[in-house]
Amino acid sequence: MQPILDVQRMTMDFGGLRAVDSVDLQVHPDEIVALIGPNGAGKTTFFNCITGIYVPTAGDIYVLTRNKEKKRINGYKPNKVTELGMARTFQNIRLFPNMTVLENVMIGRHPRTRSWILGAIFRPKSTRQEEQEIIDYSYHLLQKVGLEKYVNELAMNLPYGAQRRLEIARAMATEPVLLLLDEPAAGMNPQETAELKELIQQIRDEEKIAILLIEHDMKLVMNISDVVYVMEYGRLLARGTPEEIKENPQVIKAYLGEDHDA
Amino acid sequence: MSGLKKSLLVSIWFMFLTFPIMVVKVDIIEKTVQWRWKNLILVGLGSFFLSFLWRYLLEKKEKGAKKKEMGQAEMGLIQKIFTVPRYSRPIYLLFLIFILVFPFIFSTYQTNIMISALIYVLLGLGLNIVVGLAGLLDLGYVAFYAVGAYSYALLNYHYGLGFWTVLPIGGFLAAIFGILLGFPVLRLRGDYLAIVTLGFGEIIRLVLENWDEFSFGPSGIANIPRPGLFGIELDVQTATTYIYYLMVIMALITIFVVNRLQNSRLGRAWLALREDEIACQAMGIDKIKTKLTAFALGATWAGFGGVIFAAKTTFINPASFTFLESAIILSIVVLGGMGSIVGVVLAALIMILLPEYLRAFSEYRMLIFGASMVLMMVFRPQGLIANVRRKYLYNAVQSRKTGESR
Repeated sequence: MQPILDVQRMTMDFGGLRAVDSVDLQVHPDEIVALIGPNGAGKTTFFNCITGIYVPTAGDIYVLTRNKEKKRINGYKPNKVTELGMARTFQNIRLFPNMTVLENVMIGRHPRTRSWILGAIFRPKSTRQEEQEIIDYSYHLLQKVGLEKYVNELAMNLPYGAQRRLEIARAMATEPVLLLLDEPAAGMNPQETAELKELIQQIRDEEKIAILLIEHDMKLVMNISDVVYVMEYGRLLARGTPEEIKENPQVIKAYLGEDHDA
Repeated sequence: MSGLKKSLLVSIWFMFLTFPIMVVKVDIIEKTVQWRWKNLILVGLGSFFLSFLWRYLLEKKEKGAKKKEMGQAEMGLIQKIFTVPRYSRPIYLLFLIFILVFPFIFSTYQTNIMISALIYVLLGLGLNIVVGLAGLLDLGYVAFYAVGAYSYALLNYHYGLGFWTVLPIGGFLAAIFGILLGFPVLRLRGDYLAIVTLGFGEIIRLVLENWDEFSFGPSGIANIPRPGLFGIELDVQTATTYIYYLMVIMALITIFVVNRLQNSRLGRAWLALREDEIACQAMGIDKIKTKLTAFALGATWAGFGGVIFAAKTTFINPASFTFLESAIILSIVVLGGMGSIVGVVLAALIMILLPEYLRAFSEYRMLIFGASMVLMMVFRPQGLIANVRRKYLYNAVQSRKTGESR
């Protein structure tokens, strides 16, 4: 099967610092892939490269777009990448704090809708229909992630866990083929993490969206991932199923240190 | 008790501060010094009570903020009057009637002032798109106003084009200039953007001032015709009334358009851009396109305003387009409440009409202006009328929306 995301020997330099060093990574349809590694290993930089926030120094990124064509997306702008079918969330939540919860999700509909200045001013039938479609779709998504009771709240007034969920709903509104989650469980309590796990699995099973996530919560990672990639100092240390990774001596060394006195 | 002590300290401090100017008066001719102790007491008492008032208001405001956090916010009286349809509808209606009959009740002079105020409504709403919605701090907005005014003056002078032909051209040219300014500042945000736009505004003014062959320099352009009405020559008074109604219609159109824009896909994209640029791009919004649209649309209204301004005064020179104008327009937007249409309209009327009618206090004008700015920012930083987010209501199957935001 063709991978949805195919990253080949991608390298990212910041001046003399090599943050990501020749990393290969594939995500196949309906897969949950986790990217783990100690702090500063270059995971978020990797994310920023494939979503177009940074332009990688070397290597290739291929995406199987929504129309099933393979496309090299190096140097594409973030909005173009989202349009092609990759949506992301952020490590430090980046919602639109002064907009309502519903409006946040409605923003996500942007790449799938068309109306512009004239449509806004004259509001013809097509625009009105589009607006209604945006509202309905967004509300539907909020129901899916369980946030419908907050519809008209400002995003900044939401509890922390709900803000994480809202970010996921907003990303899903762009109708992605691949959802990139940057530490979705960071700062969550065990209860919220369990709910998150269910949500992620539900997204994969019901929406048929593949997921690539960065996460530090090992329990969550080992529970839901099909494939785990481990990064350290910008390099790929290992890849394999959760069971393989658990047994991998190099990974244990990276996480615990050689003498087990970390 | 501590409050009393604080106020006492404040009053002593103020008595000390104002001692040289309020108490001591030197008569240089008679070579005597007059001690006006009565003033000292007045300053002391005044500052004592004012500091009490100040603390009382601050406390009240903090209580309000706490209530808001607990989710039981009450709308302020002004906010309520202008945003709850039951109260606001009759007020808008009365206001509209007042505006419509205005020229028949008041003199030509008053009508002229009202036209200026309406032009500022236009400018305020235009800048509101750029600053209030898209969050791009533009300190050189007056440049687009100048572009509009000069495009009418020059096109008329050289080619004899009439008002109605130039009105769209002026708006269009201003939009082009908006995009021209937009390109270099695409990467900038906040203070850096403010500085560049400030520079842009000055460049336009200096070019107009110094390029004599093009713009006739500081002496400006005179004898700009007033707008025609099917080729009928109008005397000054009728022409003023005519421009007045023209301006009312323009203002209504602007309010309509800006309201529509605000509640559209494009308006939401602007808001998202204001809130978080990176997240906004990650949601598939084209940053460049959205920013340039904001600059262009904002500038268009300034262009319209400029053309009408030139037609109204029949004389323009670069002195009308100084930085002070930009500052006034910006304070209209900030005072009114970022992104709030009613707020901006109200603020424009207050900011332009009050100084005109308070000519008696003209010496204290800037003082009052400054003091009211400070007070506003302390007690109502969100502006006169804050922009309330639109609410949507749902039924399970069929959904509909209620409550238009202003």
